[in-house]
Amino acid sequence: MHTYFYELADFLNARLRGDEVFTCRFSGEDSDFVRFNGNAVRHAIHVTQSSLRMELIEGRRHARADVTLSGDQDMDHARLVGVMEQLREQVAHVPEDPFLLYNSEVRSTERHAPNRLPPPAHAVEEIIAQGAGTDLVGILACGGIFKGFANSLGQRNWMSSYSHNFDWSLYHVRDKAVKSDYAGFTWDSVQFNRKMTAAKHQLKILARTPRTLTPGRYRVYLSPVALSSFLEMLAWGGFGMKDHRTRQTPLIRMVEEDARLHPSITVLENTREGVAADFQDEGFIKPDIVPIIEKGAFRGCLTSPRSAQEYGVPTNGASESEQPESVDMSGGSLEQDDVLKALGTGLYVNNLWYLNFSDRPACRITGMTRFATFWVEGGEIVAPINVMRFDETVYRVLGDNLVALTAERDLLLDSYTYTNRSTSSGRLPGALVEDFAFTL
Amino acid sequence: MIDVLQERFERIAPPVEFCSLRYVDERSETIRVRQGVLEPVTTSGDAGAMITVMHRGGAGYAATSNLSEDGLRDAVERAREWARRTRGKVVDIHNLTMPASQGTYASPVEIAWESVGLPEKVDMLRRECERLKTDARIVDWEAVFWYTQTEQVLLTSGGGRVHQHFRYFVPYLSATANEGSETQSRSLKGRGGAMQGGFEIARRVGFFEAAPVLAEEALALLQAPDCPSGVMDVLLDPDQMILQIHESIGHPLELDRILGDERNYAGTSFVTMDMFGSYRYGSELLNVTYDPGNPAQYASYGFDDDGLPARREFIIRDGILERPLGGAASQARSSLPGVANARACSWNRPPIDRMANLNLEPGISTLDEMIAATERGVYMKTNNSWSIDDSRNKFQFGCEWGRMIENGRLAHVVKSPNYRGISASFWRNLKMVGRPETVEYLGTPYCGKGEPNQAVRVGHASPSCLFHEVDIFGGV
Repeated sequence: MHTYFYELADFLNARLRGDEVFTCRFSGEDSDFVRFNGNAVRHAIHVTQSSLRMELIEGRRHARADVTLSGDQDMDHARLVGVMEQLREQVAHVPEDPFLLYNSEVRSTERHAPNRLPPPAHAVEEIIAQGAGTDLVGILACGGIFKGFANSLGQRNWMSSYSHNFDWSLYHVRDKAVKSDYAGFTWDSVQFNRKMTAAKHQLKILARTPRTLTPGRYRVYLSPVALSSFLEMLAWGGFGMKDHRTRQTPLIRMVEEDARLHPSITVLENTREGVAADFQDEGFIKPDIVPIIEKGAFRGCLTSPRSAQEYGVPTNGASESEQPESVDMSGGSLEQDDVLKALGTGLYVNNLWYLNFSDRPACRITGMTRFATFWVEGGEIVAPINVMRFDETVYRVLGDNLVALTAERDLLLDSYTYTNRSTSSGRLPGALVEDFAFTL
Repeated sequence: MIDVLQERFERIAPPVEFCSLRYVDERSETIRVRQGVLEPVTTSGDAGAMITVMHRGGAGYAATSNLSEDGLRDAVERAREWARRTRGKVVDIHNLTMPASQGTYASPVEIAWESVGLPEKVDMLRRECERLKTDARIVDWEAVFWYTQTEQVLLTSGGGRVHQHFRYFVPYLSATANEGSETQSRSLKGRGGAMQGGFEIARRVGFFEAAPVLAEEALALLQAPDCPSGVMDVLLDPDQMILQIHESIGHPLELDRILGDERNYAGTSFVTMDMFGSYRYGSELLNVTYDPGNPAQYASYGFDDDGLPARREFIIRDGILERPLGGAASQARSSLPGVANARACSWNRPPIDRMANLNLEPGISTLDEMIAATERGVYMKTNNSWSIDDSRNKFQFGCEWGRMIENGRLAHVVKSPNYRGISASFWRNLKMVGRPETVEYLGTPYCGKGEPNQAVRVGHASPSCLFHEVDIFGGV
C-alpha cells in the first residue's frame, strides 16, 4: 500500500493548477475479524479497505473530501480526478478561512513494521482448542494497519504495523464473566496459554455466591483497565485547546479555580512510546511528549493546527479532535503483589462500563462495574459482586481520595474497530481509592 | 452500476449453498458554521461490497472496495476460505434459510438537497449561527447541515435483488454559555433531529426557529439552581424519551444480545427468552412498535440487510412483552418470532440485530394535563448523559434542561437534572402518555454495537411521558 499511496500522491500533484496546494491522509487496513460466542465462530470476516482524505487549498480557501480507494489504479485515478474537480468547484464558492493552518516545513518520515503474524485461521484453531469447555465470547482482530500523509510540498510520511488484538471473556452465568485481552505483534502460544489459564482461575472465583452491596462509600482498587475508563472520559473534551477556550472542558475548575488532583497524578501524550503514527492530517509531526497534567496541576492542552490559528498559540501536532492517542499516566509506589493487602476490605474492580458525565463542570462521572469485580476482606478475594453504579468526581477519585498508584503499569491497546482498527493506546497504573461512591 | 454488479455476481458466484453480494455506496456532505466562520466543507464517497458465503456448516464474509470483476472474485475466494476454515466451528444456524427477496425502497424527498446551492446553504447556517450569539456569555455556538445519500443493493444466489435508496438529513444547532467555572449548553434535540428526506427536514425539526430559544435557555441555566434530589415525578420530552426507549427497551430486546453474541462488548440483557408473551414490561399505557414503514423516520426501509421484508410489529402491547428484535439468523437460532432488523453500518461489516425505528405509541394526555397531574416533579428536555449496565437494567440519564413542576404548575428552571432507575421497574411507573400532538420523530446516527464495531442509524418516535416516583438528583 506504501508504494501505491505515494504514486497516488504524485498523480494528484501532477494535476494541480496555479497556486493550488493539496494535503492528503491515507488510511488502510488488511484485516481479519473473527467473532466468537460459546467458543464457536459467529462471524469470520476479511476486510480490505483504504481511503484518502484530500484537502485542496488555494490561498486561504479550501475544501476537503474523503474517498474510498479501490486499489485498482485506473479506477482510483478516475475517482480522484472527479474528486479534485468537485473540490475545485467548492473552493471557488467558499470564503477565506482565517483558521486554516497546514505544515509548510517538509518533514518526511517512514516507519515500516515486519509482518510476523501467523495465518488468522491458526489463531482461531488455538483459541477454540484452549477455550474448550468454556463459554468464550470475543473478537480476534488481526492484520496490517497503514497510515500515510502526503502534500504537494513534497512531504511524505508512512507508518505500517501488523498486530493482533484478541479481546475476549469467559462467562460463568448471566453477567458473571472474566474479561481478558491478548494483543501484540506476534502470536505467542505460551503467553496466550498463560492468559487463558489465569482467566480460568478467576472464573472459579466467579462461581462463588455473588454479594449484593448496598449503595454507599467503599474502598476500591481500580485496575489499569478500569482506570483507563476514567482517562477516556477526561480525554473526551478534557484536554483539547478548543474545549478549554470555550469553557466546555470538564476540567474547567482546574483552570478557573486552580483545583488540583493528587500530586502523584501526571498525564502525558506520549507519542514516542505509543503505537499511533507520529504525524497528523495537516502534516505536522507530533512531539515525543506533550505534558497535560503534571503533579496534579493542569499543565497544557492538546492543540490542533486549527485551534492554534484560532487562538494564536503553537500547535503541538494534535489531531482535529484534540484527543490523546498515546496516553501515559505515571505510576506510583504500590507493588502489584501488595494490592490486595493494601486494599484490605473493599472492591477489586477489574472493569468499568458505560461511563458518562453526570455533572460536566464538576467533572462528576457515572458508570457501572462490569465483569470480574470482587469483594475483598482481610486482603483476600471473598466473592464476586453484582454490578453496582458509581457516581464520583475525578477530583475525589484522582485527588483527595487517592491512596496509591501501582508501580507497575500496563500497556493497553485500544480494541475499538469503528470504521477501522484503532491505533490508540494507553500506559497506566492501577489505583487504590477510598470512599468511592456507589449509588445504585 | 447495479446491472453491472448483477452481471459480475452471476459470473463469480461459486457453487455453494448460499452466496450474496451486498453493495453500499454512501455519499455525504457536512457544512458547519462555527462562531460565524465556515469550517472546511467536507464531502465523502464510500463504496464497496460484502460477499457472504455459507456452505456445509461453515460461513465466511469478505469485504472489498475493489468492485472490478477481479476484485469481487478475490473477495469470493476469501469468503469461501473462511467458510471452509469454520466448517463445524460456527454458532449453530442450521435452521436458517436466507431470504431471497426482490423489491425496492426509496426515501421520500420534497426538496432535494442538491436543489439548494452551497452559497445559499452557507448563508442559512450563518444566519442561524448569528442568532445563537445573543450575549457575551455565549462562548461557543454553531450551526450544521449533514446530508447523506446511500444506495444499497443486495444480490443473492437464490435470485434475490433488493435495491434501496436512502437520503438522510441531520440539521444541528448548539449554544454554550459560560460564567466563571459554570458552563451550560443547549442544543437542537441533542443531535436527535435526524430524519429521512431532503431539505424540508430542516423546517420539520424546527431548525429555523430554535436559535434564540436555545441561547436564552443556555443563559438561564447559568443562573439556575441545581436540580433538587428526591423521589418525585419526572415528565420527559421526546428528545429525552428517545434515549430512554433506546437504552432500556431497544437494546435489552435485541435478540442477538439475549443469545449472547454481544456479551464481550455491548453486553447481555436482563430479558430472557421465556419472557416473551407474558412478561409485564411496563404499565398498561406502554405500547411499543417496530415500525420501518414510517416514511420520513430515520431508520425506515423496505428490507433489512439480509433481505427480509420489513413490516410493523408490536413489540410491547398494553405493557406485555410480545416479541424480540431479531432478524432471520436470530429467529432461526432462538425459534422465536422477530422482525426484519439485521442491519450493517456499511459494506465492510456483516448485518447484526439492530433497533431500526422503535417507537412508543401515543396516548391520550395533553402536555398541560400531565403538568397539572404532577404535584412535585421535574420536566426534563434533551438528553446529554447516558449510562446503563451491561444487562440494560440499572440506568442513569441526564438532560440539558430542567424545570420544576410544583402543585400542577411549571416553576423555576433547574440545571443538571439527572434521574436513575431500573428498567425492569421504571416502565411500570409510566403514569401518563402524551397525545399524538406531542409526538416527535427523532433519531440518532450513532448507535454503537457489534464486534467488529458498528455505528448505525436508529429512529425513535415518542410522545412526552410522565413517570411516577423516580429517583431524581442534580449536580454536585
